[in-house]
Parts: sequence; structure tokens; C-alpha cells
Amino acid sequence: MGTHLPSTEFDGTAVDDQREADAEAVMGDPSAQMVQLLGPDGKLGADPVFSGYADRLTPEDLRGLYADMAAIRRFDIEATALQRQGQLALWVPLTGQEAAQIGSGRASQPQDYIFPTYREHGVALTRNVDLAELLRQFRGVSNGGWNPKETNFHLYTLVLAAQTLHAVGYAMGIQRDQKLAAGKEPDAAVIAYFGDGASSEGDVHESMVFASSYNAPVVFFCQNNHWAISVPTNVQTRVPLSNRAKGYGFPGIRVDGNDVIAVHAVTEWALEHARQGKGPVLIEAFTYRVGAHTTADDPTKYRHSDEEDAWRAKDPLSRLEKYLRAEGMADDAFFAKVKADGDELAAYVRRTAHDLENPDIRSAFANVYAGAHPLVAEELAWFEEYTAGFAGDDEAPAQHDAAAKAGH
Amino acid sequence: MTTMTIAKAINEGLRATLAANPKTLLMGEDIGPLGGVYRVTDGLIGEFGPDRVVDTPLAESGIIGTAIGLALRGYSPVCEIQFDGFVFPGFNQITTQLAKMHARSNGNLTVPVVIRIPYGGGIGSVEHHSESPEALFAHTAGLRIITPSNPHDAYWMIQQAVECQDPVIVFEPKRRYWLKGEVDVDGPGPSADPFKAHVLREGTDATVVAYGPLVPVALAAANAAEEDGRSVEVIDLRSISPLDFDTVTASVQKTGRLIVAHEAPTFGGIGGEIAARVSERAFHSLEAPVIRVGGFHMPYPVAKVEEDYLPDIDRILEALDRALSY
Repeated sequence: MGTHLPSTEFDGTAVDDQREADAEAVMGDPSAQMVQLLGPDGKLGADPVFSGYADRLTPEDLRGLYADMAAIRRFDIEATALQRQGQLALWVPLTGQEAAQIGSGRASQPQDYIFPTYREHGVALTRNVDLAELLRQFRGVSNGGWNPKETNFHLYTLVLAAQTLHAVGYAMGIQRDQKLAAGKEPDAAVIAYFGDGASSEGDVHESMVFASSYNAPVVFFCQNNHWAISVPTNVQTRVPLSNRAKGYGFPGIRVDGNDVIAVHAVTEWALEHARQGKGPVLIEAFTYRVGAHTTADDPTKYRHSDEEDAWRAKDPLSRLEKYLRAEGMADDAFFAKVKADGDELAAYVRRTAHDLENPDIRSAFANVYAGAHPLVAEELAWFEEYTAGFAGDDEAPAQHDAAAKAGH
Repeated sequence: MTTMTIAKAINEGLRATLAANPKTLLMGEDIGPLGGVYRVTDGLIGEFGPDRVVDTPLAESGIIGTAIGLALRGYSPVCEIQFDGFVFPGFNQITTQLAKMHARSNGNLTVPVVIRIPYGGGIGSVEHHSESPEALFAHTAGLRIITPSNPHDAYWMIQQAVECQDPVIVFEPKRRYWLKGEVDVDGPGPSADPFKAHVLREGTDATVVAYGPLVPVALAAANAAEEDGRSVEVIDLRSISPLDFDTVTASVQKTGRLIVAHEAPTFGGIGGEIAARVSERAFHSLEAPVIRVGGFHMPYPVAKVEEDYLPDIDRILEALDRALSY
């Protein structure tokens, strides 16, 4: 055998060299292959494709992107404080990822539908989710504090990557709606958010297979924040994550996730591409989780602070501030107002979080099924009878108060 | 009345629901031109096209996960899992996502996904093709689980599952796919509520509860017992979640003895749940312990010994002897 086979250009040495280069690009300086428009120095560069999209942003848009990033950072600080004060059971900070979230969220249209994971507070802001409502889940009063039908922003999903499949199915529904409505339905697309850690989950693979096979209008937006709790990205992948799109047969783009202008431009391009029926796109936003995974995490156990400092030098807000000031698009008064607005938002969130009422377990009984279910009804009836047995019992209300206080 | 097999009845039921609702669609592996490995979807792709009868990539989590997304967009997907033992790659999506979506959205979202699973043994197949995993799903709140045992129920229950706003798993007794029976396509009649058990045969000495593939076995055992002068009541459970304890309890209050038969292993199974509930509800009516007839605590055995594993007429009659010995 072998003599009958045509010669190939397979070169084992070249393959090995490429594998090494890919592995270095996962964590190393990726600037050579990454879309970046606004550098850490606040200077705006050019890109043959994406500058055209960036040029659509007016000075007012740019100021808005800054204000959104500042607001969500302020919110993040407030929520962390609320957790430290026992008002929240847990908080999932986003600091460092403001540009990736605000840039992509602001690129979406109202008719688009968003499937977040659980750190997308910045995207939630762009979809007009009440940020105080967002805290319900972390306070333990709801597993989903908002109605996705009102914002087209789905509930947070905590089982990693499960939502990427929901996103593709939703996009398949959009395709069918457009056929049923014969062009009357507005073109819409879906964004599926996930992280570098979740990229290892099988559901990401299956979602990309389905999306590609059916040409579904979905944008996979991977925030590579370098750490899946304590495990670095090079344990999840040996190639830049954006490279994986090639294996599924659709475009993959790595973008500087701390450059809000580039993120906005790339996402806008990808959503247009999807809405036009050209199929899915994978965006890898190369960014960094400056803080802990959650308020229960301790990054000092697994990474060095000089790495965090290096990423702080690439901060998404400060680079846009430099640009806005250098171009004369914003002055001290603007930044002072942004700060004041942030403090007002924080005060609102603090006040509202305090006032979030504990639910009644009867609502949990009510929502197990959409229709009547005899077992649920029977158990609720038992519960009512059981609790009624405590009526008039002096100790019961006192215990209830104590339990409520323990929960605060 | 029309005579047809269970497979044909499900096929006709799916055809009816596809014709009635443009937002119903079928998804699964090989369900298009092939018509499914059991031909249950035979001919439907030609009638309704590939957007409504969707041959999916070979990925069960992908099938369930995308069906959830379609349901969130207003569609009613009916997923086919090719064999019982292959549902587990989709188990995460079913239990952590599909079952909980309505509850975690505080009732704002509904996900009316139907999952069809051919289940059970007796077909002499290779491993993973003969299992009865219904208890694993029955334990999960948020899911409804039904299992027809005859063509008329099959025709109506698949349509009722699609109309239901909750996720429904339809366990289809695969070794009975070719069982023929009368179907009234004009109306469900006594099958109007898919979540109610049916008393198929009245009796006074003991009750045998069965579902899916063991219903004909239970009926045959009751007929055999009659020749020995024993009057056995047979209940077809039809629904596993919710489970119609009222019908079962009423029967036990009459007969005083209960045997529950299923192919699934008895440990941690539906029979144990029924035994516990009946002991709570009808303790003073019981003349004997509730006896379970089911599979053993082992992986489903190889085909050449499955006859020794599967409950049959004699196993039910032996249980009946024991119940009547008290």
C-alpha cells in the first residue's frame, strides 16, 4: 500500500511548528491577529473592514459607551459591597470586561435576542434590564428576576454553555418566522454569550454544529477573560478560541475585548452578517477578569498580581477617556456628570436591593408547571394545613422573624 | 374506527398535529427520508418539508437544547430520541434546563417541548437499546411523563402532549409498535385526559398496575388467573407524572391487594413510589404487602437472557400467588 496513494503536501514539522505557535497565541501577545481600533494609549487605529463600522459611531454614541461602562463598573462595586454586607448571597463581578459587554450589547438591535451566561451585567444594562432586579437572583429571592419577553434578554444560565444551544434553537425559530411571515418579520439575530471555560463544554460544540448546518442567525460571543475560576485558558484550548470557528465552517474573529469601539464594530458586522442570512459568526473578545470569579473566590491562590496590573494598564475605560479628551468630545464636566450618575445608580440599587421582598413559597408551588398538576396541588394543600397548625402559636411568628433576620 | 398499529397511530397523530399547527415541528436523527429507525415519522417530511421534519446532527443534547430555544421563540418541537439508552447525552438539557425553565422564570416562560423515547426491551437488541429509564425523569419536577399502551391512546396522547404547555416525555413501548388496535380518529372519548389511569379490566381479588409494554402482559396474566377462579383488576397507568393515585387507591380499597409491574428495575422505581403512596392512603384496606414485579438491579442484560430479566405472565402470577397467600 502507499505506492497507490497520491503524494500529499503534509509536512509533519510544519504542523508541529504551527501547534506551538497556536499554543503561544492562546495566552501570549496576540496583537498580530486581533482586531484593535482603540489602543491602550487612547489612539484610534485603522482596520480595512471594521473602521467603516467604527465610523458610524457619533461623538454622542462614544460618550454613551463611556457612560455605560462607567455605570456598570460603579454598579459592580456597589453589588460587591452589598454582598460583603450580607445583602447578597453571592456576587459575580465583571470589572475589566466592560468594553466586551457594553460594546457588544450596544451593537444589538431591539429585535435581536440575547442569551447571557451569568456575568453579563453590562449587556443587561444595554437591554434596559432594571439593574436592581438583576440582583434578585444573587439575593436569593428569584432564579430569574426579569421577564425576558420584555427585554429580549434571557435569564442567566448557570449550567455552563447550556444556553448556547437555546440560542441556536431560537435562531432557527427566527428563520422559520421569516418564512411564515413572508418578509414581514424584521431581520433579527441572536447572541450567545459564553466564556473561555465554557468553551470546553460539549454544548458549545453541538451548538456550533447545529448553527453551521442550518446557517442559523447567531453570533457566538466568547469573552475570553483568561480564567475559568482558577484554571487558565491554555488548559481549555491549544489554539486561539476564534480559530475554532474554521472547523465549523464560519468566520471567527478575535477582537480586543477591552476596546469598546472595536467590539462594537465587530459585533455590528457579525449581527448584520447573521441577519442577512449569511450564517453564524464566532467572536472571541480577548479580555481579562480583573477581579475574582465570584465574591467566594480568592485569585491570590492561583495568579500573580503583576498579571492583574498588566491588564489594568489596558483598562477599557481609561483608554476611551483619553480618546474622548484628546478629540475634544468630552470635558471635565462630562466625566463629573458620569460619576454623579453612577453614584445615583448605586444609591438606587442599594435602596431597591434592601427593599426586595422575600417571596412566598406558594409562588414556587405555582410555577412548577404551567398547567394543573395533582401532586403539586396535594403537597401545597398539605403545606397549607401544616402551616395553619401554627396559627395562634406565639412562637411561630417569632421564629419567622428570626429566620428572616438570619437571611439578611 | 380504524385499525392500525401503535407506530402508525403515532404517525397519524403527528400528521394531525403538524397539519393543525404551523408552529409544530419534528426534530431527530434519521426522522426525515428514512422516517425514523422505527418508521414512526414515515412520509411526514414529504408532506411537511424539511423545515418541519428536521433531520438533526447526531447530538442528543443539541436536539433538546435547540428545541428549548425553538420553544422560547413560540414553536412546539417534538423531539425523537432514537433509543432509550441514548437519551443521556441530553439528560442535562432535560433536567437542568427544560424542566426548570417555567419555574425559574417565575412562570413568565413556557417551553412546550415533547420528547418521544422508544423504550423497553424484548426486541433482542444490542446494549443501550432496551432500557426503561422513566423513573430518572419522573423524579424531576417540571416534566410530565406519559406512556401509551395501545393505538387509540397513542394517536391521541401524542397530540395531547403537543398541546400541553409543559414539557412532556412520551415513552413509547417499542416492542408494541406493531400491536394493532382500533383508533377512533373522531374523538379521544375516554382518553380525553392523558394524565388519568384507565381501569382496563375489573376484578375483586387483586389489582395489577402496569404501563406501556407490560399492559398486555398484565391483561394476559389476569385472564390466566381467571381460569383459576381469581378475579384480577388491571389498571393501565398511562401517565407516570402526574401519577393517578386516586384511581389506584380506589382499586386497592376494593381489592385489598396490589401488584405493580414494570420493566424498569424495582429499586428506586415507580413501583416503589406507588407502594409507598398506597400504604399511606389505603393502609387499612391492604390485605397484603404491595408486591413489585420488575427488572433486576443490573445493567440491562444481553439479548439472549432478556427473557429471564423481563417480567412476564408467570412472574405476575407468582406475585399474585404471594399477595393472595396473606
